Amino acid sequence: MANVPEDLHYSKDHEWIRVDGNEAIIGITDYAQNSLGDVVYVELPKAGDKFSASESFGSVESVKAVSEVFTPVSGAITRINESLADAPEAVNSDPYGDGWMIRVEMSNPREVDSLLTAAEYEDFTKAESE
Amino acid sequence: MVDFGGWDMPVQYPAGTIEEHLRTRTHAGLFDVSHMGEIDVRGSDAIAFVNRLTSNDVTKLVDGQAQYSALTTPSGTVIDDLLVYRLAADHLLLVVNAGTTDKDWEWISSHHKGESVDLRNASAEYCQLALQGPDAESILQKLTDVPLSEIKYYHFKPGTVDGVSGIISRTGYTGEDGFEVYAPADRAEQLWNKILDTGDSGSPTGVIPCGLAARNTLRLEAGMALYGHEIDETTTLLEANLGWICKLDKGDFNGREALARQKEEGIKRKLVGFEMIERGIARDDQDVVINDEKAGKVTSGSPAPFLKKNIGFAYVPVECASVGQEIRIDVRGRLVGAQIVKTPFYKRAK
Repeated sequence: MANVPEDLHYSKDHEWIRVDGNEAIIGITDYAQNSLGDVVYVELPKAGDKFSASESFGSVESVKAVSEVFTPVSGAITRINESLADAPEAVNSDPYGDGWMIRVEMSNPREVDSLLTAAEYEDFTKAESE
Repeated sequence: MVDFGGWDMPVQYPAGTIEEHLRTRTHAGLFDVSHMGEIDVRGSDAIAFVNRLTSNDVTKLVDGQAQYSALTTPSGTVIDDLLVYRLAADHLLLVVNAGTTDKDWEWISSHHKGESVDLRNASAEYCQLALQGPDAESILQKLTDVPLSEIKYYHFKPGTVDGVSGIISRTGYTGEDGFEVYAPADRAEQLWNKILDTGDSGSPTGVIPCGLAARNTLRLEAGMALYGHEIDETTTLLEANLGWICKLDKGDFNGREALARQKEEGIKRKLVGFEMIERGIARDDQDVVINDEKAGKVTSGSPAPFLKKNIGFAYVPVECASVGQEIRIDVRGRLVGAQIVKTPFYKRAK
């Protein structure tokens, strides 16, 4: 059973966000890392790059496949997780912690309200894997 | 699970592709490759018939020997690559790819012109399990009376494994020592479970079940072609570095004339191996850029878990095909530096 922490918000593209004031920390969910398999490469944007909600901000590669990752909220990147360049496996081992990907200064924090709660996301993944 | 040539196949087992790949290189991996097709050729003209349709020299085989070969078109391109097993002077078994089994069967049966042979598509009758890796022999030996050390590479012996009659062949698609066992389809589960038990599956040094993804990364590291990627009906054997299975002097065969002409005139493009020198992973079908011009395509690109590099195969113009040549791969809009290297990428210590 995939781990779905209560205090996060989720997208239907399997990203999570943790709200920290006006900023959001974003990564991919346990369910997503588990379906991808061993992550071997993470391509991230640069600090300062701006994205709209649902836009692709980078990619995650497993041995077999490439998956784009999408930001659930609009904003400008304030930091990226540079340690993923040398330790991409953190996305597998600690998707909600060391495996975080980007920090975004949100331009419209109300976008968070339209994301899924933990319970909703859990139902969504159950429906998707059936 | 994914659809693969009409078969439901696991991409990976719970340990994951990297662990499956590494365990096969260091201990043993077990692959259910029952999807492969088998075409049975019997009759006094069996050797002459198959020799006319394939590029390697079937007359060189002795009983109990197998050969890598290709079914060729009249233009020297590839209908399929295959293994030809000689069971007897009048009995061959052709082992072909899953996705091409029906096409191959059609091709082979439609090219039957009066030779005295009986052809049978026996694909559904066989299961095939591949036990690969340095520990393969010691694990399989516990389940059979056939003295495995006496089977040389690309040779086989009929025999029983866990009491099930079949063929034990010292072949594989991983670059490791190992065996492929052909047995009746309804014994697949018994053999699968027995080999895993005997090989101490579950222990970190035991045999590990492997899926399609590890099969692909292992064959790629070992520099082996995959049908539909490095070879197909648009690539000739010479372009694909498979001149070693083109026996142009063996007598006439499908594509011989075209291949002989191409050999004389020289090929224009060539399959090469490359490794990424900048960060990034090349993937199938991406463009190869040389001197700012699109010069070819990646046929297979992937991380190589044992070598810990990102590698691939690509077709490039023959004048840019030497080892050391720098190329760039268009990785989703980003040009990433790579370099042509010798293949196989990985060669096991003998």
